[in-house]
Amino acid sequence: MEETILDVRGLRTSFFTDEGEVKAVDGVSFSVPKGKTIGIVGESGSGKSITSLSILRLLAENGKVVDGEVLFKGENILDYSEKQMRGLRGNKISMIFQEPMTSLNPVFTVGQQISESLTTHQGMNKKQAMAKSVDLLKLVGIPSPEKRVTQYPYELSGGMRQRVMIAMALACNPEILVADEPTTALDVTIQAQILGLIKDLQNRLGMSVIFITHDLGVVAETCDYVAVMYAGQVVEYSDVRTLFRRPRHPYTIGLLKSLPRPDADQEKLVPIHGMVPSPFKMPTGCRFAPRCPAATDLCREKLPDLFDDGEGNQVRCWIYDEEWPGPKEVDVFGEERIAKG
Amino acid sequence: MEKKELLKVEGLKQYFPIKGGFFGRTVNHVKAVDDISFTVYEGETVSIVGESGCGKSTTGRAILRLEEPSDGKVYFEGTDLASLSKSEMRKHRKDLQIIFQDPYASINPRQAVSDVLNEAMEIQNVLPRKERRKRIIELLETVGLNGSQADRFPHEFSGGQRQRIGIARALSVNPKLIICDEAVSALDVSIQAQVLNLLDELQEEYGLTYLFISHDLGVVRHISDRVIVMYLGKIMEIGDKKSIFDNPKHPYTKALLSAIPVPDPDREREHIVLRGDVPSPIDPPTGCRFHTRCPFAQDKCRTDVPELKVHDGMREGHEAACHFVEEIESGQLKPNYMETASF
Amino acid sequence: MLKYIIRRVLQTIPVLIGVSILVFSLMHLIPGNPAQIIAGEGASEQTVRQIEERLGLNDPIHIQYFNYMSGVLQGDLGNSVRSGRAVSDEIGARFWVTVELSFYATILAVFIGLMAGIISAVRRYTVADTAIMVIALFGLSMPNFWLGLVLIDWFAVGAGWLPEWAKLRPSGWGDSWRQVILPVITLGTGGAAIIARMTRSSMLEVINQDYIRTARAKGLTDRIVTYRHALKNALIPVVTVVGLEFGGFLGGAVLTETIFAINGMGRLTVQAITQRDFPIVQGAVLVLSVLFVFVNLIVDISYKLLNKRIDLN
Repeated sequence: MEETILDVRGLRTSFFTDEGEVKAVDGVSFSVPKGKTIGIVGESGSGKSITSLSILRLLAENGKVVDGEVLFKGENILDYSEKQMRGLRGNKISMIFQEPMTSLNPVFTVGQQISESLTTHQGMNKKQAMAKSVDLLKLVGIPSPEKRVTQYPYELSGGMRQRVMIAMALACNPEILVADEPTTALDVTIQAQILGLIKDLQNRLGMSVIFITHDLGVVAETCDYVAVMYAGQVVEYSDVRTLFRRPRHPYTIGLLKSLPRPDADQEKLVPIHGMVPSPFKMPTGCRFAPRCPAATDLCREKLPDLFDDGEGNQVRCWIYDEEWPGPKEVDVFGEERIAKG
Repeated sequence: MEKKELLKVEGLKQYFPIKGGFFGRTVNHVKAVDDISFTVYEGETVSIVGESGCGKSTTGRAILRLEEPSDGKVYFEGTDLASLSKSEMRKHRKDLQIIFQDPYASINPRQAVSDVLNEAMEIQNVLPRKERRKRIIELLETVGLNGSQADRFPHEFSGGQRQRIGIARALSVNPKLIICDEAVSALDVSIQAQVLNLLDELQEEYGLTYLFISHDLGVVRHISDRVIVMYLGKIMEIGDKKSIFDNPKHPYTKALLSAIPVPDPDREREHIVLRGDVPSPIDPPTGCRFHTRCPFAQDKCRTDVPELKVHDGMREGHEAACHFVEEIESGQLKPNYMETASF
Repeated sequence: MLKYIIRRVLQTIPVLIGVSILVFSLMHLIPGNPAQIIAGEGASEQTVRQIEERLGLNDPIHIQYFNYMSGVLQGDLGNSVRSGRAVSDEIGARFWVTVELSFYATILAVFIGLMAGIISAVRRYTVADTAIMVIALFGLSMPNFWLGLVLIDWFAVGAGWLPEWAKLRPSGWGDSWRQVILPVITLGTGGAAIIARMTRSSMLEVINQDYIRTARAKGLTDRIVTYRHALKNALIPVVTVVGLEFGGFLGGAVLTETIFAINGMGRLTVQAITQRDFPIVQGAVLVLSVLFVFVNLIVDISYKLLNKRIDLN
């Protein structure tokens, strides 16, 4: 059995707006094994980014974790004071973001921004921190780091900035790196550089990575485990091979069938009909029921639990309930769907 | 069957001046598109693919003269659009339509959908006024929206639906060519598939021709008949889809294809990782534009601009702009560096 | 950067020429014969002639402009038609009074405005925030002549209220703080209100930026995030406002000086207008305009310097 470093249990996060409560994350559970990469995949509005921000409690002011547990090495960090959380952030758990262009402060040099983590958490003085910053830039593969350390973000390309973000996140040797769509804004050849770098650093430093992305190709290649999110909930959780070989939730199946593949020719894509429900009008039953071709009355009325197959793979779909009368494995996006296309 | 040339681009250049100095003189140019030529045949889908700064969007805009091209010819059904006066061009606009990445940005938010479509038809005077309402409903249904939504405003629609409105607007004037500029890039996968299928169906039904501009190689592989690979304002490789994806010859195309993460965990893949960033198009590298990052670059690449042509082992219509296609293929030329990574 | 500065300095030349033409045409834009107006209604024709002669009003207009400008460039703004003293002397005696008044008002506005704006932004949507913003709205809506009169009524009429603990007369103006403090408050309040609102909105905008989230993700304290990461960025647009305010205060000084009977450029101008002393009016407007252009030049350059790092090009 692998050692679990982070365990998220029944996480619920809401935003309180003038129009009412938005349940952005509504019952999310997954665990992160030590040294492994877990992917959280989903489309816009699925709550994947909010989940990651909830773990570090970096939500916007009107957002609040309302329920659940986040166990970091067995301790529920949702009970931590703000001061204790600061001790974790950037130290034990670090984060990098989607937009390298705007995620660095334009008025401070690269070195100043990396040093801050070191002076804050490791008690280094400015000179030591600056020297360590140069080492870190070297670690993330930035050429002539002595020069770069004195430059401002505007002097760097997008790929370089993301490397700086990674250097900053790794400054204190974190145990977990949370990467929120770190390559989405980058070109393919630069994405390859950054993904290769993250994997290489993970192998060398032994940290766990939580990888938030909408890109199934990135998931397939970088992750060991995957949680698929839809409308604020995890609908399927399994190891990466099982997920792609034998996807079980109708949403996961639909997602894979609607993906235009760069590595194979497809005659026709099979889209999922309709669209993501509005956060103000969530369906009472299964959230995917309105778009699911296999939905029954039960699905529309009652929200299914996560059913475990005994091997740690979970799926939130009534088909996998013991009481389910129909066949267990249904290719819900079969031929007749293609005809309707 | 003889293929009919619909669009023929010859020596197209688009230089944007950079102002500077004491009196705002032009001190330099961004060579966004630098002397490219290609042909699009009737009824096919040609994709232009490349990373940011390669000039793919600029090419689309220059063809439509949304920005006046600096040089070159753009023949549409034999007429050089680039040489037409503004008013003559307006007549041809009807035949060439464009769909943008963010349809919201190109739709007036204060106009109801029916007004958006009506305006497009009004400008091109495509139908007598009385019949337009019926046509609007028809168009909306064609693109998979409900006719009853005609009087709603753009903000009442989701991203995917807005893209459908953008498509309906393009269709409203019965165009022959539609330029899709990153038209599905902002959409989620499940919605993107809906729109891609719609584009497919419309092509079949109306015999449309698409010039499809995208950075997403999965989408390009799905939708294209032929593919143009651009890098820093130049065409690196052009060919039918099969040649480009299964038999790429240019080192850049190879690296680009190799870099894409593939949704198949059973396939252990080593990705070619290119060094460095794309250079600035203000002072692009001499010779072959790709030589600063190319693993195979030789002295000749630094000085001579390679010609886009058919090399040994390439089918008719499959061309690459590289001096050393044969040498690389035969293994005669060894790479100067080879960085790979698995993610 | 040097290029930008040189270009920006060169750009002021046409502006200054334009200003000088406008100022010069003042005398000619007024309906009727300026000499007659200066002389007054009952003046004899001979007096009018003399004035015309003295002011060179009989020359062709471009010659007049050329003569005036060649004088200006040598520091000669002509003579007052009332006192007969050189305009440059009349202005020189009062110039620093106005500059000093505007300068103190700017300091007050910046100090109060920044403090209030920051507090408002940090404690957004609290009672403190609302209170500050309501007060700022008052400050903004009050015309300063009215505020000046109210202040006089409250503090100066109940005299002895303000302690006389310092003498301040670098420009020879004001015997005591008592005479300085009320005009400065009068003039600076509107600016303080504008700067407070500007600082608040700028801070709120910055607080939502991605790099602020990055700073928080590093585990920095709220204090460091606010005062180091947010404030430094938020201040950039505020700098422009401060510069513009200083320019605005030069204009506002006209009213304030009149109310508090301060012998500065503003009061001089008002008096000159009532006495139809055109050379003085011309000179004063010219000097104030040049000063305004100059302040704007400095603001633009410092903004560019601060903003250089944000410039994505």
